[in-house]
Amino acid sequence: MTCLKVISPGVFSQIQDRGRYGYAHYGVPASGPMDPVASRLANAVVGNDPNAAVVELTASGGQYLIMEGSCLLCIGGDVPASANGVMLAPWVSHRLKAGSELRLGIMRQGMRAYLAFAGGIDVEPVLGSRATLTRAGLGGWHGRALQKGDELPLLSPAGSRGRRYCSHHLLERLYPQGPLAVIAGPQQDAFPPSAFYDFTHSRYRISAQADRMGYRLAGAPLSHLRGADMVSDAVVPGSIQVPGNGQPIVALHDRKTTGGYPKIATIISADLPRLGQMRPGQGLSFMAVDLNEAAIRAARLRQGLDLCLQQIESTETPWS
Amino acid sequence: MTRYPRCLAAGDRALLVEFGDRIDDRLNQQVLALAAALAEVDGLVKIIPTYRSVTLQYDPQLTDFDRLCQQIARILATPAAEANLGRRWRVPVCYGGAWGEDLAALAEHHQLTPQQAIDLHSAADYRVYMIGFMPGFAYLGGLSPSLFTPRRASPRAMTPGSSINIGGQQTAISSVPGPSGWHLIGRTPWVPFDPRRARPFLFRAGDRVRFEPISEQEFQRLAPRYRDGLSPQPENEL
Repeated sequence: MTCLKVISPGVFSQIQDRGRYGYAHYGVPASGPMDPVASRLANAVVGNDPNAAVVELTASGGQYLIMEGSCLLCIGGDVPASANGVMLAPWVSHRLKAGSELRLGIMRQGMRAYLAFAGGIDVEPVLGSRATLTRAGLGGWHGRALQKGDELPLLSPAGSRGRRYCSHHLLERLYPQGPLAVIAGPQQDAFPPSAFYDFTHSRYRISAQADRMGYRLAGAPLSHLRGADMVSDAVVPGSIQVPGNGQPIVALHDRKTTGGYPKIATIISADLPRLGQMRPGQGLSFMAVDLNEAAIRAARLRQGLDLCLQQIESTETPWS
Repeated sequence: MTRYPRCLAAGDRALLVEFGDRIDDRLNQQVLALAAALAEVDGLVKIIPTYRSVTLQYDPQLTDFDRLCQQIARILATPAAEANLGRRWRVPVCYGGAWGEDLAALAEHHQLTPQQAIDLHSAADYRVYMIGFMPGFAYLGGLSPSLFTPRRASPRAMTPGSSINIGGQQTAISSVPGPSGWHLIGRTPWVPFDPRRARPFLFRAGDRVRFEPISEQEFQRLAPRYRDGLSPQPENEL
Protein backbone atom coordinates (compact mmCIF):
# COMPACT_ATOMS: atom_id res chain seq x y z
CA MET A 1 0.00 0.00 0.00
CA THR A 2 1.35 3.41 -0.97
CA CYS A 3 1.75 5.93 1.76
CA LEU A 4 2.50 9.65 1.88
CA LYS A 5 4.95 10.58 4.62
CA VAL A 6 5.04 14.18 5.80
CA ILE A 7 8.63 15.48 5.99
CA SER A 8 7.51 19.07 6.56
CA PRO A 9 3.83 20.01 6.38
CA GLY A 10 3.74 23.62 5.15
CA VAL A 11 1.78 26.33 6.97
CA PHE A 12 -1.58 24.56 7.35
CA SER A 13 -2.11 21.41 5.33
CA GLN A 14 -5.08 19.20 6.07
CA ILE A 15 -7.28 16.57 4.49
CA GLN A 16 -10.57 17.56 2.84
CA ASP A 17 -13.19 15.75 0.82
CA ARG A 18 -16.38 17.27 -0.55
CA GLY A 19 -17.65 17.90 2.96
CA ARG A 20 -19.69 16.62 5.90
CA TYR A 21 -23.22 17.48 4.85
CA GLY A 22 -26.34 16.98 6.94
CA TYR A 23 -25.20 17.95 10.45
CA ALA A 24 -25.58 21.74 10.51
CA HIS A 25 -28.58 21.38 12.84
CA TYR A 26 -26.23 19.55 15.24
CA GLY A 27 -23.67 22.35 15.17
CA VAL A 28 -21.33 20.73 12.64
CA PRO A 29 -20.41 22.84 9.60
CA ALA A 30 -19.85 20.99 6.31
CA SER A 31 -16.14 21.89 6.01
CA GLY A 32 -14.84 20.76 2.59
CA PRO A 33 -12.34 22.51 0.33
CA MET A 34 -12.01 26.31 0.48
CA ASP A 35 -11.82 26.16 -3.32
CA PRO A 36 -14.13 23.29 -4.34
CA VAL A 37 -13.51 24.03 -8.04
CA ALA A 38 -9.76 23.44 -7.77
CA SER A 39 -10.09 20.30 -5.64
CA ARG A 40 -12.75 18.87 -7.98
CA LEU A 41 -10.56 19.41 -11.06
CA ALA A 42 -7.42 18.05 -9.38
CA ASN A 43 -9.38 14.90 -8.51
CA ALA A 44 -10.62 14.65 -12.12
CA VAL A 45 -7.07 14.84 -13.51
CA VAL A 46 -6.11 11.71 -11.56
CA GLY A 47 -9.43 10.03 -12.43
CA ASN A 48 -10.92 10.26 -8.93
CA ASP A 49 -14.47 10.45 -7.74
CA PRO A 50 -15.34 14.10 -6.80
CA ASN A 51 -15.54 13.07 -3.14
CA ALA A 52 -12.04 11.54 -2.92
CA ALA A 53 -9.98 12.97 -0.06
CA VAL A 54 -7.21 15.42 -1.03
CA VAL A 55 -4.61 17.43 0.90
CA GLU A 56 -5.52 21.12 1.06
CA LEU A 57 -2.37 23.27 1.18
CA THR A 58 -2.50 26.82 2.53
CA ALA A 59 -0.10 29.42 1.07
CA SER A 60 2.82 26.98 1.10
CA GLY A 61 3.34 23.34 0.26
CA GLY A 62 5.89 21.44 2.31
CA GLN A 63 7.82 18.24 1.67
CA TYR A 64 6.55 14.70 1.37
CA LEU A 65 7.96 11.25 0.73
CA ILE A 66 6.18 8.60 -1.34
CA MET A 67 6.62 5.28 0.48
CA GLU A 68 5.95 1.59 -0.15
CA GLY A 69 4.40 1.87 -3.63
CA SER A 70 4.00 4.29 -6.52
CA CYS A 71 1.27 6.88 -6.99
CA LEU A 72 -0.40 9.16 -9.49
CA LEU A 73 -0.51 12.81 -8.39
CA CYS A 74 -2.04 16.07 -9.60
CA ILE A 75 -1.03 19.38 -8.02
CA GLY A 76 -4.12 21.57 -8.23
CA GLY A 77 -2.81 25.11 -7.80
CA ASP A 78 -0.01 27.46 -8.75
CA VAL A 79 2.71 26.13 -6.50
CA PRO A 80 6.29 25.39 -7.57
CA ALA A 81 6.91 21.65 -7.22
CA SER A 82 9.56 19.06 -7.88
CA ALA A 83 10.11 15.35 -7.31
CA ASN A 84 13.73 14.28 -6.82
CA GLY A 85 14.80 17.58 -8.37
CA VAL A 86 12.63 17.28 -11.50
CA MET A 87 10.09 20.07 -11.90
CA LEU A 88 6.41 19.06 -11.78
CA ALA A 89 3.88 21.22 -13.61
CA PRO A 90 0.51 21.84 -11.95
CA TRP A 91 -2.76 20.47 -13.39
CA VAL A 92 -1.06 17.46 -15.04
CA SER A 93 -0.98 13.92 -13.71
CA HIS A 94 2.48 12.69 -12.64
CA ARG A 95 3.58 9.17 -11.82
CA LEU A 96 5.81 9.05 -8.75
CA LYS A 97 7.76 5.95 -7.70
CA ALA A 98 8.27 4.78 -4.14
CA GLY A 99 11.07 6.84 -2.59
CA SER A 100 10.21 10.01 -4.56
CA GLU A 101 10.67 13.16 -2.55
CA LEU A 102 8.02 15.72 -3.33
CA ARG A 103 8.98 19.35 -2.61
CA LEU A 104 6.45 22.13 -2.84
CA GLY A 105 7.25 25.81 -2.46
CA ILE A 106 5.33 29.01 -1.76
CA MET A 107 2.24 29.56 -3.90
CA ARG A 108 2.83 32.05 -6.70
CA GLN A 109 -0.79 33.11 -6.66
CA GLY A 110 -3.89 32.06 -4.79
CA MET A 111 -4.11 30.87 -1.23
CA ARG A 112 -5.03 27.18 -1.57
CA ALA A 113 -3.75 24.30 -3.66
CA TYR A 114 -4.70 20.63 -3.62
CA LEU A 115 -2.71 17.43 -3.78
CA ALA A 116 -4.92 14.80 -5.39
CA PHE A 117 -3.65 11.22 -5.48
CA ALA A 118 -5.35 8.58 -7.64
CA GLY A 119 -7.58 6.62 -5.26
CA GLY A 120 -7.61 9.37 -2.65
CA ILE A 121 -6.31 9.47 0.90
CA ASP A 122 -7.46 6.60 3.08
CA VAL A 123 -8.56 7.96 6.42
CA GLU A 124 -11.58 6.76 8.36
CA PRO A 125 -14.69 8.84 7.55
CA VAL A 126 -16.26 10.53 10.59
CA LEU A 127 -20.02 11.20 10.24
CA GLY A 128 -19.69 10.16 6.61
CA SER A 129 -16.82 12.46 5.63
CA ARG A 130 -13.02 12.57 5.66
CA ALA A 131 -12.96 16.39 5.84
CA THR A 132 -10.92 17.86 8.70
CA LEU A 133 -12.59 20.26 11.15
CA THR A 134 -9.60 21.20 13.31
CA ARG A 135 -11.71 23.45 15.56
CA ALA A 136 -13.56 20.37 16.86
CA GLY A 137 -10.80 17.80 16.27
CA LEU A 138 -13.01 16.00 13.77
CA GLY A 139 -12.21 13.95 10.64
CA GLY A 140 -9.08 14.04 8.50
CA TRP A 141 -5.86 12.84 10.11
CA HIS A 142 -6.67 12.67 13.85
CA GLY A 143 -8.79 15.78 13.50
CA ARG A 144 -5.78 18.06 13.01
CA ALA A 145 -3.52 19.68 10.44
CA LEU A 146 -0.70 17.48 9.12
CA GLN A 147 2.50 17.27 11.15
CA LYS A 148 6.01 16.08 10.48
CA GLY A 149 6.17 12.28 10.58
CA ASP A 150 2.52 11.59 9.71
CA GLU A 151 2.14 8.67 7.29
CA LEU A 152 -1.07 8.92 5.27
CA PRO A 153 -2.16 5.73 3.52
CA LEU A 154 -3.48 6.10 -0.03
CA LEU A 155 -6.34 4.00 -1.38
CA SER A 156 -5.39 1.97 -4.43
CA PRO A 157 -7.12 3.37 -7.51
CA ALA A 158 -9.57 1.20 -9.42
CA GLY A 159 -7.81 0.32 -12.68
CA SER A 160 -4.88 2.04 -14.31
CA ARG A 161 -5.07 5.57 -15.58
CA GLY A 162 -3.36 7.39 -18.44
CA ARG A 163 -1.90 10.86 -18.45
CA ARG A 164 -4.38 13.72 -18.27
CA TYR A 165 -4.23 17.47 -17.82
CA CYS A 166 -6.51 20.45 -17.31
CA SER A 167 -6.37 23.40 -19.72
CA HIS A 168 -5.15 26.65 -18.08
CA HIS A 169 -7.23 28.61 -20.52
CA LEU A 170 -10.51 26.95 -19.43
CA LEU A 171 -9.46 26.98 -15.79
CA GLU A 172 -8.85 30.73 -15.71
CA ARG A 173 -12.37 31.39 -16.94
CA LEU A 174 -13.73 29.81 -13.74
CA TYR A 175 -12.20 32.63 -11.66
CA PRO A 176 -13.74 35.88 -12.94
CA GLN A 177 -12.26 39.17 -11.79
CA GLY A 178 -14.25 41.99 -10.25
CA PRO A 179 -16.33 42.52 -7.12
CA LEU A 180 -17.78 39.55 -5.26
CA ALA A 181 -21.53 39.30 -5.77
CA VAL A 182 -23.75 39.46 -2.69
CA ILE A 183 -27.45 39.16 -1.97
CA ALA A 184 -28.66 41.71 0.59
CA GLY A 185 -29.61 40.46 4.05
CA PRO A 186 -31.05 38.49 5.70
CA GLN A 187 -30.70 41.13 8.45
CA GLN A 188 -30.26 44.16 6.23
CA ASP A 189 -32.88 45.99 8.33
CA ALA A 190 -30.61 45.86 11.38
CA PHE A 191 -28.60 48.60 9.60
CA PRO A 192 -29.44 52.11 8.39
CA PRO A 193 -30.23 52.15 4.63
CA SER A 194 -26.91 53.87 3.95
CA ALA A 195 -24.94 50.93 5.38
CA PHE A 196 -25.66 48.51 2.52
CA TYR A 197 -24.79 51.26 0.03
CA ASP A 198 -21.53 51.91 1.90
CA PHE A 199 -20.82 48.20 2.03
CA THR A 200 -21.20 47.73 -1.73
CA HIS A 201 -19.35 50.95 -2.62
CA SER A 202 -16.21 50.73 -0.52
CA ARG A 203 -13.09 48.70 -0.65
CA TYR A 204 -12.18 46.19 2.05
CA ARG A 205 -8.99 44.40 2.85
CA ILE A 206 -8.73 40.81 4.08
CA SER A 207 -7.15 41.04 7.54
CA ALA A 208 -4.57 38.66 8.99
CA GLN A 209 -7.43 36.86 10.76
CA ALA A 210 -8.50 34.85 7.75
CA ASP A 211 -8.80 31.10 7.93
CA ARG A 212 -11.16 28.25 7.12
CA MET A 213 -13.68 29.53 9.68
CA GLY A 214 -13.96 32.93 8.08
CA TYR A 215 -12.30 36.10 6.88
CA ARG A 216 -12.30 39.23 9.00
CA LEU A 217 -12.32 42.27 6.72
CA ALA A 218 -10.98 45.77 7.38
CA GLY A 219 -12.42 48.94 5.84
CA ALA A 220 -15.22 51.45 6.21
CA PRO A 221 -16.98 50.55 9.49
CA LEU A 222 -20.71 49.79 9.16
CA SER A 223 -23.04 51.11 11.84
CA HIS A 224 -26.08 49.30 13.25
CA LEU A 225 -29.52 50.72 13.94
CA ARG A 226 -30.09 49.03 17.31
CA GLY A 227 -26.74 47.62 18.34
CA ALA A 228 -24.81 44.60 17.17
CA ASP A 229 -26.46 41.95 19.35
CA MET A 230 -29.37 39.87 18.18
CA VAL A 231 -30.73 36.49 19.20
CA SER A 232 -28.43 33.98 17.51
CA ASP A 233 -29.54 32.28 14.34
CA ALA A 234 -28.00 30.07 11.67
CA VAL A 235 -24.89 31.17 9.76
CA VAL A 236 -24.28 29.80 6.24
CA PRO A 237 -21.09 29.86 4.11
CA GLY A 238 -20.80 33.39 2.70
CA SER A 239 -22.82 35.05 5.51
CA ILE A 240 -21.38 38.50 6.21
CA GLN A 241 -21.79 39.26 9.90
CA VAL A 242 -21.14 42.70 11.33
CA PRO A 243 -20.02 42.79 14.99
CA GLY A 244 -19.94 45.90 17.20
CA ASN A 245 -16.74 47.31 15.69
CA GLY A 246 -18.48 47.53 12.31
CA GLN A 247 -15.84 45.46 10.50
CA PRO A 248 -17.49 42.66 8.48
CA ILE A 249 -16.69 38.97 9.00
CA VAL A 250 -17.33 36.52 6.16
CA ALA A 251 -18.29 33.07 7.46
CA LEU A 252 -16.73 30.18 5.54
CA HIS A 253 -16.68 26.40 5.52
CA ASP A 254 -15.51 25.68 9.11
CA ARG A 255 -17.73 28.43 10.59
CA LYS A 256 -19.66 28.25 13.82
CA THR A 257 -23.11 27.17 12.64
CA THR A 258 -24.90 29.84 14.67
CA GLY A 259 -24.01 33.42 15.49
CA GLY A 260 -25.45 36.50 17.15
CA TYR A 261 -24.30 39.34 14.87
CA PRO A 262 -26.65 40.72 12.20
CA LYS A 263 -25.82 39.69 8.64
CA ILE A 264 -25.85 42.54 6.17
CA ALA A 265 -25.41 40.36 3.09
CA THR A 266 -24.51 36.88 1.85
CA ILE A 267 -21.91 36.12 -0.83
CA ILE A 268 -23.42 34.04 -3.63
CA SER A 269 -22.31 30.42 -3.88
CA ALA A 270 -20.61 30.89 -7.27
CA ASP A 271 -18.20 33.44 -5.80
CA LEU A 272 -17.07 31.42 -2.76
CA PRO A 273 -14.39 29.40 -4.62
CA ARG A 274 -12.55 32.53 -5.73
CA LEU A 275 -12.85 34.04 -2.25
CA GLY A 276 -11.15 30.87 -0.95
CA GLN A 277 -8.17 31.78 -3.14
CA MET A 278 -7.85 35.35 -1.77
CA ARG A 279 -5.06 36.12 0.63
CA PRO A 280 -4.76 38.17 3.82
CA GLY A 281 -3.85 41.73 2.83
CA GLN A 282 -5.63 41.48 -0.49
CA GLY A 283 -8.29 44.10 -1.34
CA LEU A 284 -11.83 43.24 -2.35
CA SER A 285 -15.19 44.84 -2.98
CA PHE A 286 -18.79 43.72 -3.22
CA MET A 287 -21.66 44.27 -5.63
CA ALA A 288 -25.36 43.63 -5.05
CA VAL A 289 -27.13 41.10 -7.25
CA ASP A 290 -30.57 39.50 -7.06
CA LEU A 291 -31.46 35.81 -6.94
CA ASN A 292 -31.88 35.65 -10.74
CA GLU A 293 -28.39 36.99 -11.33
CA ALA A 294 -27.02 34.59 -8.69
CA ALA A 295 -28.68 31.68 -10.55
CA ILE A 296 -27.15 32.85 -13.86
CA ARG A 297 -23.70 33.03 -12.28
CA ALA A 298 -24.12 29.62 -10.64
CA ALA A 299 -25.13 28.13 -14.02
CA ARG A 300 -22.14 29.78 -15.71
CA LEU A 301 -19.76 28.28 -13.15
CA ARG A 302 -21.39 24.85 -13.47
CA GLN A 303 -21.12 24.93 -17.27
CA GLY A 304 -17.50 26.11 -17.12
CA LEU A 305 -16.71 23.31 -14.69
CA ASP A 306 -18.42 20.71 -16.91
CA LEU A 307 -16.42 21.97 -19.87
CA CYS A 308 -13.17 21.57 -17.90
CA LEU A 309 -14.18 18.05 -16.81
CA GLN A 310 -14.93 17.03 -20.42
CA GLN A 311 -11.66 18.57 -21.58
CA ILE A 312 -9.73 16.65 -18.90
CA GLU A 313 -11.30 13.34 -20.01
CA SER A 314 -10.44 14.10 -23.62
CA THR A 315 -6.74 14.58 -22.87
CA GLU A 316 -6.18 11.04 -21.62
CA THR A 317 -3.20 9.41 -23.31
CA PRO A 318 -1.43 6.19 -22.37
CA TRP A 319 1.89 6.49 -20.54
CA SER A 320 4.76 5.93 -22.96
CA MET B 1 -42.87 47.42 13.06
CA THR B 2 -41.60 44.22 11.52
CA ARG B 3 -44.34 41.74 10.62
CA TYR B 4 -43.66 38.14 11.53
CA PRO B 5 -43.32 35.47 10.36
CA ARG B 6 -41.24 36.57 7.39
CA CYS B 7 -39.10 34.83 4.75
CA LEU B 8 -35.71 36.32 3.88
CA ALA B 9 -33.04 35.24 1.41
CA ALA B 10 -29.77 34.17 3.04
CA GLY B 11 -27.74 34.04 -0.17
CA ASP B 12 -28.71 31.90 -3.16
CA ARG B 13 -28.80 28.56 -1.34
CA ALA B 14 -30.56 29.35 1.94
CA LEU B 15 -33.77 30.91 3.17
CA LEU B 16 -34.49 32.24 6.65
CA VAL B 17 -37.95 32.17 8.25
CA GLU B 18 -38.08 34.52 11.23
CA PHE B 19 -40.85 34.24 13.83
CA GLY B 20 -39.67 37.10 16.02
CA ASP B 21 -36.60 38.72 17.49
CA ARG B 22 -36.77 37.47 21.09
CA ILE B 23 -36.00 34.35 23.08
CA ASP B 24 -39.48 33.06 23.80
CA ASP B 25 -40.85 29.57 24.38
CA ARG B 26 -43.89 30.17 22.18
CA LEU B 27 -41.77 31.38 19.25
CA ASN B 28 -39.47 28.38 19.63
CA GLN B 29 -42.47 26.02 19.47
CA GLN B 30 -43.52 27.66 16.19
CA VAL B 31 -39.97 27.16 14.95
CA LEU B 32 -40.01 23.47 15.85
CA ALA B 33 -43.46 22.93 14.35
CA LEU B 34 -42.37 24.47 11.04
CA ALA B 35 -39.09 22.53 11.03
CA ALA B 36 -41.06 19.29 11.48
CA ALA B 37 -43.56 20.15 8.73
CA LEU B 38 -40.76 21.05 6.30
CA ALA B 39 -39.45 17.49 6.34
CA GLU B 40 -41.99 16.79 3.55
CA VAL B 41 -40.79 19.61 1.26
CA ASP B 42 -38.63 18.75 -1.78
CA GLY B 43 -35.28 20.31 -2.61
CA LEU B 44 -34.14 20.99 0.95
CA VAL B 45 -30.57 20.10 1.91
CA LYS B 46 -30.86 20.95 5.60
CA ILE B 47 -33.32 22.41 8.08
CA ILE B 48 -31.70 24.32 10.95
CA PRO B 49 -34.05 25.38 13.75
CA THR B 50 -32.76 28.11 16.09
CA TYR B 51 -34.33 30.10 18.94
CA ARG B 52 -36.68 32.17 16.83
CA SER B 53 -36.07 31.22 13.23
CA VAL B 54 -35.60 28.34 10.84
CA THR B 55 -32.90 28.38 8.17
CA LEU B 56 -33.43 26.14 5.15
CA GLN B 57 -30.45 25.25 3.03
CA TYR B 58 -31.75 24.25 -0.41
CA ASP B 59 -30.51 23.08 -3.76
CA PRO B 60 -31.31 25.90 -6.23
CA GLN B 61 -31.35 23.37 -9.07
CA LEU B 62 -34.27 21.55 -7.42
CA THR B 63 -36.32 24.41 -5.98
CA ASP B 64 -36.20 28.19 -5.61
CA PHE B 65 -36.83 30.97 -3.12
CA ASP B 66 -40.32 31.94 -4.36
CA ARG B 67 -41.57 28.39 -4.47
CA LEU B 68 -40.29 27.71 -0.94
CA CYS B 69 -41.92 30.91 0.35
CA GLN B 70 -45.28 29.76 -1.05
CA GLN B 71 -44.90 26.32 0.48
CA ILE B 72 -44.00 27.85 3.84
CA ALA B 73 -46.99 30.22 3.68
CA ARG B 74 -49.27 27.21 3.05
CA ILE B 75 -47.76 25.33 6.00
CA LEU B 76 -48.14 28.33 8.30
CA ALA B 77 -51.76 28.87 7.20
CA THR B 78 -52.75 25.37 8.32
CA PRO B 79 -53.21 25.03 12.07
CA ALA B 80 -50.07 23.29 13.32
CA ALA B 81 -50.36 19.91 14.90
CA GLU B 82 -49.13 19.96 18.49
CA ALA B 83 -45.40 20.63 18.20
CA ASN B 84 -43.39 17.53 18.87
CA LEU B 85 -42.18 18.19 22.38
CA GLY B 86 -39.09 16.09 21.97
CA ARG B 87 -37.41 13.53 24.13
CA ARG B 88 -36.93 13.95 27.88
CA TRP B 89 -33.46 13.71 29.36
CA ARG B 90 -32.42 13.59 33.00
CA VAL B 91 -28.85 14.82 32.91
CA PRO B 92 -26.60 14.00 35.90
CA VAL B 93 -24.48 16.99 36.98
CA CYS B 94 -21.71 17.40 39.52
CA TYR B 95 -22.09 21.05 40.54
CA GLY B 96 -19.36 23.34 41.84
CA GLY B 97 -15.83 22.62 43.03
CA ALA B 98 -13.34 21.64 40.35
CA TRP B 99 -16.28 20.68 38.09
CA GLY B 100 -17.94 24.08 38.16
CA GLU B 101 -15.35 26.59 39.19
CA ASP B 102 -17.60 29.66 38.78
CA LEU B 103 -20.52 28.35 40.87
CA ALA B 104 -19.48 29.99 44.16
CA ALA B 105 -18.87 33.41 42.58
CA LEU B 106 -22.09 33.20 40.56
CA ALA B 107 -24.11 32.32 43.69
CA GLU B 108 -22.50 35.18 45.60
CA HIS B 109 -23.31 37.59 42.75
CA HIS B 110 -26.99 36.74 43.35
CA GLN B 111 -26.63 36.69 47.18
CA LEU B 112 -27.39 32.98 47.21
CA THR B 113 -25.52 30.09 48.77
CA PRO B 114 -24.02 27.66 46.24
CA GLN B 115 -26.61 25.07 47.36
CA GLN B 116 -29.46 27.51 46.68
CA ALA B 117 -28.07 28.14 43.20
CA ILE B 118 -27.87 24.38 42.58
CA ASP B 119 -31.44 23.91 43.82
CA LEU B 120 -32.70 26.65 41.49
CA HIS B 121 -30.80 25.29 38.50
CA SER B 122 -31.83 21.67 39.00
CA ALA B 123 -35.49 22.43 39.79
CA ALA B 124 -36.33 23.86 36.36
CA ASP B 125 -37.60 22.19 33.19
CA TYR B 126 -35.54 23.19 30.20
CA ARG B 127 -36.05 22.91 26.49
CA VAL B 128 -33.26 22.60 23.93
CA TYR B 129 -33.82 25.72 21.83
CA MET B 130 -30.93 25.28 19.46
CA ILE B 131 -27.81 23.22 18.78
CA GLY B 132 -24.97 25.37 17.52
CA PHE B 133 -21.57 26.98 18.08
CA MET B 134 -19.72 23.64 18.43
CA PRO B 135 -20.84 20.14 17.39
CA GLY B 136 -23.59 19.05 19.81
CA PHE B 137 -23.53 22.23 21.96
CA ALA B 138 -27.07 22.58 23.41
CA TYR B 139 -28.57 26.00 24.19
CA LEU B 140 -31.36 25.64 26.75
CA GLY B 141 -34.35 27.87 27.49
CA GLY B 142 -36.03 27.93 30.89
CA LEU B 143 -33.35 29.31 33.21
CA SER B 144 -34.73 30.88 36.40
CA PRO B 145 -34.43 34.70 36.16
CA SER B 146 -32.78 34.57 39.62
CA LEU B 147 -29.76 33.00 37.87
CA PHE B 148 -29.49 35.40 34.89
CA THR B 149 -25.82 36.45 34.93
CA PRO B 150 -23.92 38.67 32.46
CA ARG B 151 -21.17 36.81 30.60
CA ARG B 152 -17.61 36.99 31.91
CA ALA B 153 -15.76 40.19 31.04
CA SER B 154 -12.89 38.14 29.63
CA PRO B 155 -13.77 34.86 27.93
CA ARG B 156 -11.66 31.78 28.70
CA ALA B 157 -9.58 30.60 25.77
CA MET B 158 -10.39 26.98 26.59
CA THR B 159 -13.10 25.30 28.66
CA PRO B 160 -13.78 21.58 29.08
CA GLY B 161 -16.44 19.67 27.17
CA SER B 162 -19.57 18.41 29.01
CA SER B 163 -19.73 21.65 31.05
CA ILE B 164 -22.98 23.09 32.36
CA ASN B 165 -22.78 26.84 31.83
CA ILE B 166 -24.72 30.04 32.41
CA GLY B 167 -24.41 33.07 30.12
CA GLY B 168 -26.89 35.96 30.22
CA GLN B 169 -30.42 34.52 30.25
CA GLN B 170 -29.32 31.15 29.00
CA THR B 171 -27.88 27.94 30.27
CA ALA B 172 -26.13 25.39 28.08
CA ILE B 173 -24.54 21.97 27.97
CA SER B 174 -21.21 22.18 26.17
CA SER B 175 -19.96 19.29 24.08
CA VAL B 176 -16.32 19.46 23.02
CA PRO B 177 -13.63 21.71 24.58
CA GLY B 178 -13.66 25.27 23.27
CA PRO B 179 -13.43 28.96 24.15
CA SER B 180 -16.25 30.39 26.29
CA GLY B 181 -17.28 33.55 28.09
CA TRP B 182 -19.95 31.72 30.08
CA HIS B 183 -19.82 30.80 33.79
CA LEU B 184 -18.93 27.16 34.45
CA ILE B 185 -21.25 25.82 37.16
CA GLY B 186 -20.95 22.05 36.81
CA ARG B 187 -20.05 19.10 34.64
CA THR B 188 -21.95 16.05 33.44
CA PRO B 189 -20.30 12.64 33.07
CA TRP B 190 -22.25 12.31 29.81
CA VAL B 191 -20.50 12.98 26.50
CA PRO B 192 -22.95 15.04 24.40
CA PHE B 193 -21.06 14.37 21.16
CA ASP B 194 -19.14 11.19 20.35
CA PRO B 195 -18.91 10.28 16.65
CA ARG B 196 -18.09 6.65 17.54
CA ARG B 197 -21.51 6.08 19.11
CA ALA B 198 -24.60 4.86 17.23
CA ARG B 199 -26.18 8.10 18.50
CA PRO B 200 -23.35 10.59 17.93
CA PHE B 201 -25.34 13.60 19.19
CA LEU B 202 -27.46 13.26 22.35
CA PHE B 203 -29.57 16.38 22.10
CA ARG B 204 -31.83 17.79 19.40
CA ALA B 205 -33.72 21.08 19.25
CA GLY B 206 -37.04 20.54 21.01
CA ASP B 207 -35.79 18.01 23.58
CA ARG B 208 -36.64 18.55 27.26
CA VAL B 209 -33.92 18.52 29.88
CA ARG B 210 -33.79 18.32 33.69
CA PHE B 211 -30.62 18.28 35.72
CA GLU B 212 -30.00 15.83 38.55
CA PRO B 213 -27.26 16.78 41.04
CA ILE B 214 -24.77 13.98 41.68
CA SER B 215 -21.82 13.69 44.06
CA GLU B 216 -18.19 13.85 43.03
CA GLN B 217 -17.86 10.10 43.76
CA GLU B 218 -20.80 9.36 41.48
CA PHE B 219 -19.28 11.56 38.76
CA GLN B 220 -15.94 9.72 39.04
CA ARG B 221 -17.73 6.39 38.86
CA LEU B 222 -19.84 7.28 35.81
CA ALA B 223 -17.51 9.44 33.73
CA PRO B 224 -15.16 6.66 32.47
CA ARG B 225 -18.12 4.57 31.25
CA TYR B 226 -19.51 7.38 29.13
CA ARG B 227 -16.03 8.33 27.93
CA ASP B 228 -15.65 4.75 26.72
CA GLY B 229 -18.73 5.04 24.53
CA LEU B 230 -21.71 4.18 26.78
CA SER B 231 -24.75 5.91 25.31
CA PRO B 232 -27.08 7.72 27.76
CA GLN B 233 -30.76 7.01 27.18
CA PRO B 234 -33.63 9.50 27.22
CA GLU B 235 -36.59 8.82 29.50
CA ASN B 236 -38.80 8.51 26.41
CA GLU B 237 -37.74 7.60 22.88
CA LEU B 238 -39.57 9.30 20.04
